[in-house]
Amino acid sequence: MTATFDRKTWMGILAQAPAQDLCRLWSDLGFSPKYTWLRAPEIGAAMVRGRAGGTGAPFNLGEVTVTRCSLQLEGGQVGHAYVQGRDKAKAMQAALVDAMMQTEMAGPLTQLLLEPLAADRMAAQRARASKAAATKVDFFTMARGED
Amino acid sequence: MYVAVKGGERAIDNAHAWLAEERRGDPNVAELSVAQIREQLKLAVNRVMAEGSLCDPDLAALAIKQARGDLIEAIFLIRAYRTTLPRFGATAPVDTAQMACDRRISATFKDAPGGQVLGPTFDYTHRLLDFQLAADGEVPDAPVAPPREEATPHITGFLNQEGLIQSEPESDETPPDLTREPLELPAGRPLRLQNLTRGDEGFILGMAYSTQRGYARNHAFVGELRIGTCVLELELPELGFAVEIGEVELTECETMNQFAGSKTEPPQFTRGYGLVFGQSERKAISMALVDRALRWKELGEDDMGAPAQDEEFVLYHSDNIQATGFLEHIKLPHYVDFQAELELVRRLRREAMSSGHQEAAE
Repeated sequence: MTATFDRKTWMGILAQAPAQDLCRLWSDLGFSPKYTWLRAPEIGAAMVRGRAGGTGAPFNLGEVTVTRCSLQLEGGQVGHAYVQGRDKAKAMQAALVDAMMQTEMAGPLTQLLLEPLAADRMAAQRARASKAAATKVDFFTMARGED
Repeated sequence: MYVAVKGGERAIDNAHAWLAEERRGDPNVAELSVAQIREQLKLAVNRVMAEGSLCDPDLAALAIKQARGDLIEAIFLIRAYRTTLPRFGATAPVDTAQMACDRRISATFKDAPGGQVLGPTFDYTHRLLDFQLAADGEVPDAPVAPPREEATPHITGFLNQEGLIQSEPESDETPPDLTREPLELPAGRPLRLQNLTRGDEGFILGMAYSTQRGYARNHAFVGELRIGTCVLELELPELGFAVEIGEVELTECETMNQFAGSKTEPPQFTRGYGLVFGQSERKAISMALVDRALRWKELGEDDMGAPAQDEEFVLYHSDNIQATGFLEHIKLPHYVDFQAELELVRRLRREAMSSGHQEAAE
């Protein structure tokens, strides 16, 4: 069964994907759509914010590097990418997928690229959470022998 | 007196060439890669990211290599690089309640929902040198257990239900940014927290330690300490909605301090807060203690005259790049300044001696 992702979700999957995994799956698909740059890949930063006490007033924590780009397919669909880090190739591939997800290629892209990336991310998170779970303390009370 | 200030180019070029050679060290020893630093000196990378105010592990690792392991020099390199980047926006405030926790402990509630999860900690190690690390790099896989499926709730949330802890006023006000406008006093809490999170770990630790030793009445419990990753969401102007752009590892510390109450507040616990890039728990705990000490005015406490209560003292001396810049500049040529002082001291000596002769003669 093929899941359907909304644009917010698929853009998140693409941004969170390790660059080499996105590159491999994208190359395997063998697509080479024609496109023009609306904004060539550009490296910049986003300010990360936290909240005082975790829930209170926002404050500036520090920045992260971000690469962004926008492109347009021959069919007119526009793809955007904002991805953490400084990998211009990853940003380009993410923007291409974003644009092509608005075409009839959405089905194969979902099945062959987005779903595997989402599954890999979930597996990686699960692997880490499993190691954390193994370090959870099980308290037990020593019998004090008073009665 | 004019003193020549040109003529150092050849010496400087040669010094830098030698620096490059010394940085490489013995060529018979394999060269460190940036990836090795990123993966195996991760806590140093974390510190450079936190105090450099830029989360990018590859850049921080490169800076550490270039700085020969001098972390303040590496932080300087990151701060300089940071200024070249255009700012695309600000993320939505990270939701630490949704953190994927590697570690989560509470010193106040043994049976806190979610439990005490130790994570990859140095705590409970014996601090004995492990000579096996010098021999081979083989490590067994870490044990696993069924993972927690749901998010781990914040400890302070439970106290909040009883009103036993001061609640944080809700706000979505855009915080001031000291990387854009000069620091002005009095600083509100958001500006103080930004200053503390990028402040020098050693300085913040020293300030925090002073509060524990009695300079400002500030007995803190670590209500919760958590380390893990939080998703970053950025609102895209092109689309009008927020998307995930990545994730960051964070350490969060919430401290609880006894508070006797004031004219307006009943007795309750008050909070100190620390949030730092990476696995940086010494820094996060220190930040929380200093944050709490600096809140004395808004909580209606007495000014004990303690350094950690002095906003100006703490905020103006916490930044190691400002500090090292001013400190180290005094080693650079001050020939003209010194020449003027030399002339002055000579003149004063002449005057003192000649008046001494006169007194002796009288």
